[in-house]
Amino acid sequence: MLLVIEQFLNGLQLGITLFLMSAGLTLVFGIMQVINLAHGSFYMIGAYVGATVAAYTGSFLLAVLAAVGAAAGVGCIVEMLVLRHLYARQHLDQVLATFGLIMFFNELIRIVWGRQPVFMNVPGALSQSIQLLPGLHYPTYRLAVIGIGLLVALLLWLMFAKTRIGMQIRAGSSNREMVGALGVNINLLYTLVFGLGALLAGLAGVMAGPILSVEPGMGESILILTFVVIVIGGIGSVRGAVAGALLVGMVDTLGRAFLPSILRTILAAATADSVAASLSSMAIYILMAAILVWKPRGLFPAHG
Amino acid sequence: MTRKQITIGCGAIILILLPPAALLSGNPYLISLTSRIIIYALAAASLDLLLGYGAMISLGHAAFVGVGAYTIAILHFHSAGAEPLFSWPFLFAGSNNALLTLPLATLSASFAALIIGGLSLRTTGMHFIMITLAFAQMLYYFFISLEKYGGDDGLSLATRNSLVGLNLGNSSHFYYLCLAALFVFLILAHRLVNSRFGLVVRGAGNNDRRIKGLGIHSYRYKLVTFVIAGGSAGLAGALLANQTEFVSPGLMHWTLSGELMVMVLLGGLGTLFGPVLGATVFLALETTLAMYTEHWMIYMGPFLVLTVIFAKRGLFGFLAGDKGKNG
Repeated sequence: MLLVIEQFLNGLQLGITLFLMSAGLTLVFGIMQVINLAHGSFYMIGAYVGATVAAYTGSFLLAVLAAVGAAAGVGCIVEMLVLRHLYARQHLDQVLATFGLIMFFNELIRIVWGRQPVFMNVPGALSQSIQLLPGLHYPTYRLAVIGIGLLVALLLWLMFAKTRIGMQIRAGSSNREMVGALGVNINLLYTLVFGLGALLAGLAGVMAGPILSVEPGMGESILILTFVVIVIGGIGSVRGAVAGALLVGMVDTLGRAFLPSILRTILAAATADSVAASLSSMAIYILMAAILVWKPRGLFPAHG
Repeated sequence: MTRKQITIGCGAIILILLPPAALLSGNPYLISLTSRIIIYALAAASLDLLLGYGAMISLGHAAFVGVGAYTIAILHFHSAGAEPLFSWPFLFAGSNNALLTLPLATLSASFAALIIGGLSLRTTGMHFIMITLAFAQMLYYFFISLEKYGGDDGLSLATRNSLVGLNLGNSSHFYYLCLAALFVFLILAHRLVNSRFGLVVRGAGNNDRRIKGLGIHSYRYKLVTFVIAGGSAGLAGALLANQTEFVSPGLMHWTLSGELMVMVLLGGLGTLFGPVLGATVFLALETTLAMYTEHWMIYMGPFLVLTVIFAKRGLFGFLAGDKGKNG
C-alpha cells in the first residue's frame, strides 16, 4: 500500500512537469494556430542555465530565476525572429522551421556545454526526506515540485479567469481578428503568450534538473510526451492539459511500477518481464489511441 | 521536350551512369554514398505522396522505414540461428532470399501503415501531426524493449540478402537494385497521382469538405495512399538494412521523420521527383559539412529555417520551372 502511495506521488510529480510543458504549448496551439516543435528546447535551456547558475552561486532560487528568465527571453526572441513569419503559413512549414530550430539549439547546447550530461544537486534545504505516513518517507524536493506546480496551475487559472490580459488571451483564442479590431496589440499579445509558454517550459526544465540528467536532446523526449498530453486533453484547452498531464503521468509511472508484478501472476516470470517492459513503455500511446477512437478531438476540445 | 522532362531525363542518366564513372575515376565510395541517397530518396518520395498530394502531414514516416528494416533483420536473424521464426501453422525458419524478404518487408510496413493510418486519419490538422509522431515513438520504444532482437543496441546482419543473378555484396549490383526500386516507385506513383484515384486524393488534400460533398468517402482514398506510402517506406527501410547490414531503433526515431520531411520540402512539395533532388542535396550537404565540423547541425538548422521562410517552391521548381508540379 505504501508503495502504491509513493508511486502515486511520483506519477503526480511527472504529471505536474508535463502540465507545465503542455499548458504553454497548448496556448500557443490554441491561440496562434502554430505547431511548435522547439518547445522542448526551452525546457532544455531552462535546465542547462539553471544547472550552471546553481553550480556557480550555490543558490537554487537564483538558478530558478535565471532559468525562467533565460527560457522566456529566448522564447520571445524566437517568436519575433522566426515564428511570427509562420502564423499565416501551413502547418508543414511550421513543423520544418521549428525542426530546424531544434537542430540549432541542440547543437548550440553541445558546443557550449559539451556532450556529457551536466549534474545538478538537489538544493540543501530540500535534500531530506519527509515522513508522510508511518513507514513512508518521501523526498522533500519532489514534494516541493508538486507544490510549486499546483501553485503555478492556480496562478494560471487566476490569470486567465480574473485578469484583463487573461481575458484578452481567451478572446484571442476564440476570434483573433475581432480582438485585433477591438484595439488589442495582437503582435505584443502573441509574443507575451509565447514567452509565457517558454517560461513555463523553462521552469519545468530547471525543476526536473536535479531529478533527471541534464543532457542535449532532453527536450525531445518530454516534447513527445507533451504532445500525447495535448492530444488527449484537446488542443488549445488548459483544462484538457491538466487532465491529460495527470492521466499520462499516472499511467506511465504506475504502469512501469506495477505491470511486471501484475503480469507475473498470470505469466511465467521471464515472459512477464519482457511483456511488461514493452507494454509499460507503450502504455501512454495505447491510452492515446483508445481515447482518440472514443473522442477524436480529445477529452476537452477547446472550440465547438 | 519540356524543361521538366529534360531535368528528369538528365537526373536519370546521371544516376544510371554513376557506378561505372565512379569506378573509372577511382572514387568507388561514391557508389555507396549514392546508394544511400537513392534509398533516402525512395523514402522521401513516398512521404511526398502524403505531404504533397494528400496534405497528410505525417511526422512518423520513419516508423515504416524502421519496420521494413527490422523485417529484414529478424528474418535474417532466424535464418542464421537455430530457432525458427514460427512453427505454426507451418514451419518458417526465416529467410535471406531477397525475393521473399523485400516483399515481406513491404507488406509488414504496409500493415503497420494500415493500423496507424486507420486510427490517425480519424483526425486532421495538428492532431494528425502529433498522433503520427506519437505512434512512431511507440514503435521506437517497442523495438527498444525487444531484448531478443538487440533492444537498444540493434541487430547486425552477417551478410546482405541473396538475389538470383545478382551479388548484392557487390556495391554496383546493390546500387542498381536500389535504383530499380526507385524508378519503379516513381513511375507507379506518377501514374497513381495522375489517375482518378490521385485526383480524389489531391482534391481531399485541397478541400476535404468539398470532396465529401461530392459524395466521395475520402477517408478510404487517404488510407490507401497512406498504406502505399508506408509500404514504399518499408521497402526503403529493407534496402537500408541491407546496405548498412545493421538495424537499430534509431531508424524509427522522429528525427529521421523530420529529415525526410526536410528532403521533401527542399526538393519541392508535390513533385515526386523533387524529393529525389532534396535527398541528394540534404545528404551531400550533411556529408560535406560533417567533413569540416562535427557541429554541422548548427549550420543546417538556420539553413532550414531560412529555406522555409524564403524558398517556397523547392529546388525542383527552380530547375523545372513553374510546371514542376506533377499534375
